[in-house]
Amino acid sequence: MTAAPPGIPEEELLAPGHRACAGCGCVLAMRYLLKALGRNIVVSMATGCMEVVTTPYPETSWRVPWIHSAFENAAATAAGIAAGLKALGKKGVKSVAIAGDGGTADIGLQALSGAVERGDNVLFCCYDNEAYQNTGIQRSGATPFGAWTTTTPIGRVKRGEDRPKKDVPAIIAAHGAPYVATASVAYPLDFINKLRRAAAIEGPTYVHVHAPCVPGWRIETSKTIEVARLAVLTGAWVLYEIERGQLRVTFKPPKRRPVADYLKLQGRFRHLTEEEIAQIQRMVDEQCRRFGIE
Amino acid sequence: MKQVLTGNEAAAIAAKLARVKVISAYPITPQTAIVEKLAEFVANGELDAEFMKVESEHSAMSACIGAAAVGARAFTATSSQGLMLMSEMLYIAAGLRLPIVMANANRALSAPLNIWCDQQDSMAVRDSGWVQLYCEDNQEILDSILQAYRVAEELMLPVMVCFDGYILSHTAEPVDVPEQEEVDDFLPPYRPRHPLDPAMPVTMGPVGVPEYYQEIRYMLHEAVRAARDKIVEVDREYGKRFGRRYGLVECYRSDDAEIILLTLGSLSGTAKDLIDRSRKRGERVGLVRVRAYRPFPREVLVKALEHAKVVAVLEKDISLGWAGALFADVSCALANVEGAPLLMNFICGLGGRDVSPLQIREALRAAARAAEVGEVKRPVRWLGLREKLVGLGI
Repeated sequence: MTAAPPGIPEEELLAPGHRACAGCGCVLAMRYLLKALGRNIVVSMATGCMEVVTTPYPETSWRVPWIHSAFENAAATAAGIAAGLKALGKKGVKSVAIAGDGGTADIGLQALSGAVERGDNVLFCCYDNEAYQNTGIQRSGATPFGAWTTTTPIGRVKRGEDRPKKDVPAIIAAHGAPYVATASVAYPLDFINKLRRAAAIEGPTYVHVHAPCVPGWRIETSKTIEVARLAVLTGAWVLYEIERGQLRVTFKPPKRRPVADYLKLQGRFRHLTEEEIAQIQRMVDEQCRRFGIE
Repeated sequence: MKQVLTGNEAAAIAAKLARVKVISAYPITPQTAIVEKLAEFVANGELDAEFMKVESEHSAMSACIGAAAVGARAFTATSSQGLMLMSEMLYIAAGLRLPIVMANANRALSAPLNIWCDQQDSMAVRDSGWVQLYCEDNQEILDSILQAYRVAEELMLPVMVCFDGYILSHTAEPVDVPEQEEVDDFLPPYRPRHPLDPAMPVTMGPVGVPEYYQEIRYMLHEAVRAARDKIVEVDREYGKRFGRRYGLVECYRSDDAEIILLTLGSLSGTAKDLIDRSRKRGERVGLVRVRAYRPFPREVLVKALEHAKVVAVLEKDISLGWAGALFADVSCALANVEGAPLLMNFICGLGGRDVSPLQIREALRAAARAAEVGEVKRPVRWLGLREKLVGLGI
């Protein structure tokens, strides 16, 4: 077994035995999150994969206090937790909300927006596997252009998801949140650093971690990290942080690889024609230009 | 000290006296003045609480859930559409056994949009696992909210204190406001049994797999049933300290009554007046008011009603296509009672329609006729319906 890098605790606060799929990217994100934030947190989790696989009663993987109440309200519940902790004078305990992309970009957006706008002392972490994977791979607002899902099937007239991914970090940044960051499970130290930075700030902070889904993305169980890394190396997913309005790209791929390298490992993009891949390449190029990535 | 207070003010003052720690507030008519008043208390430093200005009622209840889960005494208030929007979270608050107290100023449900009083809103969530108390006047609102926290925290159940929008929420009457020290003696600070605390982590709200779900629901059901005794116990203690008691049901001149009106909420006041007038004429009529609607007070209700010839249920709600909710429940309560009275249902006062003494008299007359002939031909009737508007009686 490899030792944890300096500053990263060996202690596992996510107990093994959970029901996540082999190769699950999201459960890695949970494990890293707990290593980053430690024991002095209270977690409010939205309905979704991570909720379902970690807490089949009477078992739980959570070695920190944890609550699930509903799908759309992880942020509102966490805001109530933060208010309760403050009212009771419990200092040094961080309220952390965790939701998938559906619970963040779609059904949970209102509660998230409310908490951020009010300045509630909540760290919100979105684990983004780019669809409603828990219910069996339906598209969400965070599903990328061209992707197959069960509700964006490939037919004679429709060719998968026809809209680009909703840019939630930008929406949260537009609220004036003191800290917004993107991360990837393929870059755990970057993710952990960002979580710690976010947790240290009193107020609403947001970390959005890109995490592949083996069954949903139609990838091999051994390719999770490779696929996540290729998202970053191709510029399809950009790692950055916005602290007090200052944008900083935290990892610039040395020589950007063609997006086809990322797409071709995934069954959800198998149907794409050369022309469609070229269209996605243009979208990625445009995104990278905005972040100053060549 | 006696003060002239609206129902909304009485509710806000009760929350303050209960020293609530977290208030999550979203405005909706006719409840709004409650959270406005609480905002004032917090702004003036009269109440040391976190006042959360949430963006919806769904989040209002979610925030109460979060606050109660870490062990803070939580309060919110709502009405009508607000209650509907948070209904998902009502079931969850009860399922998580969190002792949240909420004031609901009863208001009709859309469509058509209507901001006036009826009780359709809280009736629609009667199966959520919340204890429901219905108040007749503003004094009872204040007293019930204080009692509600005791019931809630001792049984780990949420409690909804319902009172009629406008009729009580916006009408001022004298209310005896107890001293803070007296309330503190009656209602000590909340000591949660299993809060979310890093010192002793718990998982709250796990997936209830089929092997366990039914048992967990059974235990919730039993807890709500146990609230019957708890309400009585807390009410008795409250009565000793403050001189006012309400019980599960209130019986008004009903002991020897042949005809009994069965009511909820502020309607009871008008109806009692009618009972008095009828009694003067020598008619053997009485009234029973249901205060605790959930849990349903079957035993005391059967005892209060069983000797009557006819029970006329007057209510401001309707299970569309069937009958009023209270009527259905009382029918169920009397189902296996030998010699049970005949039952009639009068739907009235929907969407703020005034329930006049004339309408109540109409119900009493119909009940008297039924008592005479010994049968009920049309069990469900509407009072005050403008028949021409709906194509009847033309």
